[in-house]
Amino acid sequence: MTALDSRQTPKVSRPFLLPSLYAGNARSVMQRGVLATASTNWLIVVSGFFEPVFYLLAMGIGLGSFIGTVELPGGQPVPYAAYIAPALLAVAAMNGAIFDSTWNVFFKMNFGKLYDGMLATSLGPFDVALGEIMLALARGFVYACGFMIVMQVLGLNLSWMAILALPSVLLIAFAFASFGMGITSYMKTFQQMDWINFIMLPMFLLSATFFPITVYPTALQWVIQAMPLWHGVELIRGFTTGAIDAATPWHVLYFAVMIVLGMTLTTRRLKALFLK
Amino acid sequence: MVVVSASKSPVVAAESLTKKYKDFAAVDGISFEIAQGESFGFLGPNGAGKSTTMRMVGAVSTRTSGSLSVVGLDPNNYGPEIRSQLGVVPQADNLDTELKVRDNLIVYGRYFGLSRSYLGPKADELLEFAQLKEKAKERIDDLSGGMKRRLTIARALINDPRILLLDEPTTGLDPQARHILWDRLFRLKEQGTTLILTTHYMDEAEQLCDRLVVIDKGKIMAEGSPAALIRKYSTREVLELRFGSEHNAAAAKKVEGLGERIEVLPDRVLIYSDNGEATLQKVTETGLNPITSLVRRSSLEDVFLRLTGRSLIE
Repeated sequence: MTALDSRQTPKVSRPFLLPSLYAGNARSVMQRGVLATASTNWLIVVSGFFEPVFYLLAMGIGLGSFIGTVELPGGQPVPYAAYIAPALLAVAAMNGAIFDSTWNVFFKMNFGKLYDGMLATSLGPFDVALGEIMLALARGFVYACGFMIVMQVLGLNLSWMAILALPSVLLIAFAFASFGMGITSYMKTFQQMDWINFIMLPMFLLSATFFPITVYPTALQWVIQAMPLWHGVELIRGFTTGAIDAATPWHVLYFAVMIVLGMTLTTRRLKALFLK
Repeated sequence: MVVVSASKSPVVAAESLTKKYKDFAAVDGISFEIAQGESFGFLGPNGAGKSTTMRMVGAVSTRTSGSLSVVGLDPNNYGPEIRSQLGVVPQADNLDTELKVRDNLIVYGRYFGLSRSYLGPKADELLEFAQLKEKAKERIDDLSGGMKRRLTIARALINDPRILLLDEPTTGLDPQARHILWDRLFRLKEQGTTLILTTHYMDEAEQLCDRLVVIDKGKIMAEGSPAALIRKYSTREVLELRFGSEHNAAAAKKVEGLGERIEVLPDRVLIYSDNGEATLQKVTETGLNPITSLVRRSSLEDVFLRLTGRSLIE
């Protein structure tokens, strides 16, 4: 054991932002996640990559051969597979982020008592939230890169701007993860967790993923347009098809606001739950 | 043991410290100081406010009122800074079950921002200290209760804390595991680590604490060294008599006046006296015939009984 006088006290940087809630060490939480994933559930991680690929093959290539082309809002016709591929990419970003920030977080909060341990160290609740979310992002980004390669091979990237879909995926995943974690902090039972799926599934099916929202009555179109996934689908589709328009910056802004709100909610909730 | 000079400023100082949950005061205006290198205990029954106090000292719970300083800083504003100098052993083990034994130490050290090159040898040293060297690559779920507890203590030492906070460190362990743990804690104490612990085990408090406070319903009932508390609140010896649960109360009436004080519990009658054998002699002279009788030295449990009017291990 080290003697009293030679003790090295860990250094804590005191960030300008959120002192006492943040120690500038979210990285260590993320590294813990990578190590835990590598040693326990890497198979689940791999399976997450194939899900959108199967959808793309079945719906895009299979069903798409009967459908032919679909018109973008701007009027250009694109092959059906090229229409749904960016939507599936947005959905993959959403699903990865939501899985990591809801179910994973739910277990750690209620069963593993992991956060109690973390918050007894010099970490603050903001470090924990940011670290977990960065882990979700890293995972989402790996999926997105894999899916982009598949799209490229299948010739579904119609513009050089498609490369901008990758940062978009990060943006979308960040927004969903920050919100998902905040909402999960209210959940106490498995039944409540099922409500998340209840919202996710219709959002997945109806947000201009498989067909344009012009098929809906105007009122319903407004509802869909208020949902985050629709913005994600439109944002990425704009880049991969090259059909960006004046709405693109608004989609980005939508997610920026969502991130700020989500991070505020999550940090407050972690503080309320663990530093009460 | 480190002798604490009066001029040294305390590592923990609380003044009228209060924690309320709605109308219920879990901690109700307690004041205490803990010196560097001291081993300090909170003794009390379940729900007395021990854990709440520990959480406030550990800078993971904000106080409702009063003042608190830990390593010279206010926990309300310097949570991460204070926690960087603390080692925390919580009541329930919260080891990271997704990581192997040694990785638990390394990753925990990373939370403190310590470098990998420092943590590697440090983790090995702590595994040795916790007698877990052979278990380095095992899964957490494969450890026994005592091993998990020792690993939790090792983990709490990864940042060379100035203060080690232990919330009921040996609850639920078998006697052998408890003794191993006490031995490890005593070594830390010898090396000058400030220990702050809660317990409802008398023997643990007597073994480990230089000084303790008895706390009940959020208030401090008494303060002092175990020996001083026993001197002040109890007699040298205690005579324990059992007459059978039906007859204890009636028998207690008959022995009234013997010893300094009498305590009637559901299962036995306690007579506080400086000479237990002599008192027992007097009891038999009254014609009473207890089923069992036992003369023992006074313990902290008697102090506790006197102060709170109820048995500790309920």
